[in-house]
Amino acid sequence: MAVDLDRCTGCGACVTACHAENNIPTVGADQAARGRAMHWIRVERYFEGEFPDVRVKFRPVMCQHCDAAPCEPVCPTYASHHTSEGLNAQVYNRCIGTRYCANACPYNVRFFDFFHPQWPKPLHLQLNPDVSLREVGVMEKCTFCVQRISAAEIQAKADNRELQDGEIKPACAQACPSKALVFGDLNDPDSDVSRLSRSGRGTKLLGDLGTLPKVTYLERETQG
Amino acid sequence: MQEEITRRISDDLLRPLVETSWRFWLLVAVLGSVVATGLATWFYQIYNGFGITGIRNPIYWAFYITNFVFWIGISHAGTLISAILRLVNAGWRRPVTRCAEVITVFALMIGALFPIIHLGRPWLFFWLMPYPSERQIWPNFRSPLVWDFFAITTYLTGSVLFLALPMIPDFALVRDKSTGWRRRVYAALSLGWQGTTKQWHRLESAMQIMAIAIIPVAVSVHTIVSFDFSMAPVPMWHSTIFGPYFVAGAIFSGIAALIVAMAAVRRFLHLEAYLHPVHFENLGKLLLMMSLLWAYFVFAERITVWYGNESAEREVLLVTQRGSFAPLYWTMIVCNLVIPFVVLSLRKLRTIAGCVTASFTVLIGMWLERFLIVVPSLGHKYLPYSWGTYRPRPVEIIITISTFAAMMLLYTLFSKLVPIISIWELKVGEHPFAQETAAEAGNHRLWKANP
Repeated sequence: MAVDLDRCTGCGACVTACHAENNIPTVGADQAARGRAMHWIRVERYFEGEFPDVRVKFRPVMCQHCDAAPCEPVCPTYASHHTSEGLNAQVYNRCIGTRYCANACPYNVRFFDFFHPQWPKPLHLQLNPDVSLREVGVMEKCTFCVQRISAAEIQAKADNRELQDGEIKPACAQACPSKALVFGDLNDPDSDVSRLSRSGRGTKLLGDLGTLPKVTYLERETQG
Repeated sequence: MQEEITRRISDDLLRPLVETSWRFWLLVAVLGSVVATGLATWFYQIYNGFGITGIRNPIYWAFYITNFVFWIGISHAGTLISAILRLVNAGWRRPVTRCAEVITVFALMIGALFPIIHLGRPWLFFWLMPYPSERQIWPNFRSPLVWDFFAITTYLTGSVLFLALPMIPDFALVRDKSTGWRRRVYAALSLGWQGTTKQWHRLESAMQIMAIAIIPVAVSVHTIVSFDFSMAPVPMWHSTIFGPYFVAGAIFSGIAALIVAMAAVRRFLHLEAYLHPVHFENLGKLLLMMSLLWAYFVFAERITVWYGNESAEREVLLVTQRGSFAPLYWTMIVCNLVIPFVVLSLRKLRTIAGCVTASFTVLIGMWLERFLIVVPSLGHKYLPYSWGTYRPRPVEIIITISTFAAMMLLYTLFSKLVPIISIWELKVGEHPFAQETAAEAGNHRLWKANP
C-alpha cells in the first residue's frame, strides 16, 4: 500500500469505512477515555507552530504488514504469522491474549478485545458476514481487508483470468475521497502501488527500526 | 553431652510439627481468606473480561507481568544461595538452606501463575506447551514466552528435587518419632530411608549433583525472563545488559526475602537458638554486596542510554528520571541503594532488626524496579501519537496483595508439616568431623556424623 500524505485531508472516512467493513466494535466514550478504543486505521494529527499560526499534519497509520514484523516471532502460538502472499495475518482463534505482539509492535496498531464485543443498535444489523467476529481476550488488527483480497482472487480464478491492478480495494482505500490510499501488488513492478513506492517522496514509517514495512508514505511537498 | 545436643535439636525443631496453638489457625484463616479473595477476583476478571483491569492501549503489560518478574526473582533466594553455600561448604549455611529452598519453590509456583492470570484467554494456557495435537500445531519456539515455559518448568522441577532430597532423612526422623496416620504419611514421604551407609552416600552424591546443576538453571531462568523484554524492539527494553541485570536483581530481592522469612521463622517458631545474629549479619553483607551490584547495573544501563541519546529511549529515560514516574524511580533508588547501604555498611546497624528493615525496603524497591522496567517503556514507544500512561485498578491490586498472602500461607503451612531447619544437617554441624580421621571424614562423613 502507498499513502500520499499530500492528498490526505484527515477526514477520517477511512476509519469509519474500516469499522464498518471489519466489524470493529465501538467501545463507547468511557472505555475510549480508558484507552480501549479500537481503530485498525487511525489518522494521526501532528501540529506544528504556535497558535494562531498552526499547521497540522495528518498521517493515516494502519498495520504496516512488515516483512520483518516484530510481532511475529514473539507470539507463542503462531497467531501472528506471515502468509505466503506477504500479509501479516492474525489468527483470532489461535490467539490466547498474551498481548506480547502489541508490545513488540513499534506502530501500536494492534488492539485487544478487553470485553466481549458489542454493537449499539442499530449497528448490530450491519455486521459484515465475510469477516469473523472476535472473542473477548484476543488481539486484532488491520488485515488489508483479506476478505476482499480472497474474494477478488476467487473471482479471477473462476473467470480464468489474471488479477487486474486496482481490482482489490481495501475499505479504507475505497472510501478515501482524495485517493490518498493506493493498494496493489508490490511484486508487480508495473502496478500503481509499485510505481508510487519507488517515488522519490517515498519513506517508510520508522524505517530505521528495520521492520521492512510494506506501506510507503509519500511525504508532503506542499505546505499548509 | 552429644546425645543431649542431638535430642535438644530434634525436640526444638520438631516442636512446630507437634504443637499447634490457636494463633496458627488464626493466621491460616486470615491468610487463607486473603488468598480466597484473590482467587475470586481472578474469576471475576475472567468472567467480566480483561477490561476491568487498568491495562490499556499501549500499556498491555503492567501489574501482572511486574508480579511475574518479581516472584520469579524472589525464587532465586533458595537455590542459588543455598547451592552456592553448599558447594563452598560454608558451615553457617546449615540452618539457612531449607528456609531458602522453600522460598524458591513457592515463589516459582506463584510467579508461574501470573503469565496465566495475565492471558486474555487463560483457559487456553496449555497452548504454550508443546503437546501432540490433532492439528499438528506446535508452539512457536522462537517466542521468548515459550522459552519461559521451558525455563520455569525446568527450574521448578529442579528446585523441588533440590528441596526434597535433604528432607528425606528428616521425614524419616519424624516417621520414627510419630504414630498413627502421621507415621504412615511420613513413612511414605521418607521413601524407605533407613540411614544405611549406602543411602547416605547416594544422598550426598545426589545433592552434590543437584547443587551444581541448579546454578546454571537458576541463572538461565531469569535471563530468559529478561529476554521477554530485551527481544522486543521497545525503547529501553531492547538492551544487552538485561540478562545479567535481571539475574543480579533477582538474587538481590531473593536474599531480602530470605532474611525476612528467617526473621519470621525465628520469631514465631522460637528458633532463636538456631538462627543467630551471625546468620543475619552474613546474609546482610551479601545483601549489601548485591545492592551495590544492582546499583552498578542501573548506572551502566542508564548512562549508556543517556549518552546514546536515541530519541525514543531518551523519552523513556526522562519520564522515569524526571517525569511522571520520577517519584517511583527515586523511591526505588532510596529503597534499593540508600537505605541498604547506610544500614548494612555500619556495623552498629547491621543487627537483625537492621537487616530486616533493609530487606523490607529492598523488596519494595525491587517490586518498583520491575514495574519501572515494564510500564514506562510501553507508554513511550516510538510514535508520540499513541503514548499513554497507566493506573492500576482494584482487581490488579487485590490479586497482587493476595499473592503475598499466598506466599505467607504456603510458608506457614510448610513450616507446620516439615522441620523448617534441616535437622540432620544441623546435627552434622554440631558433631564436628574433628573426632574422625581425615580419611574417614572424606569417605562417609554424613553417615559417620549420623549414627
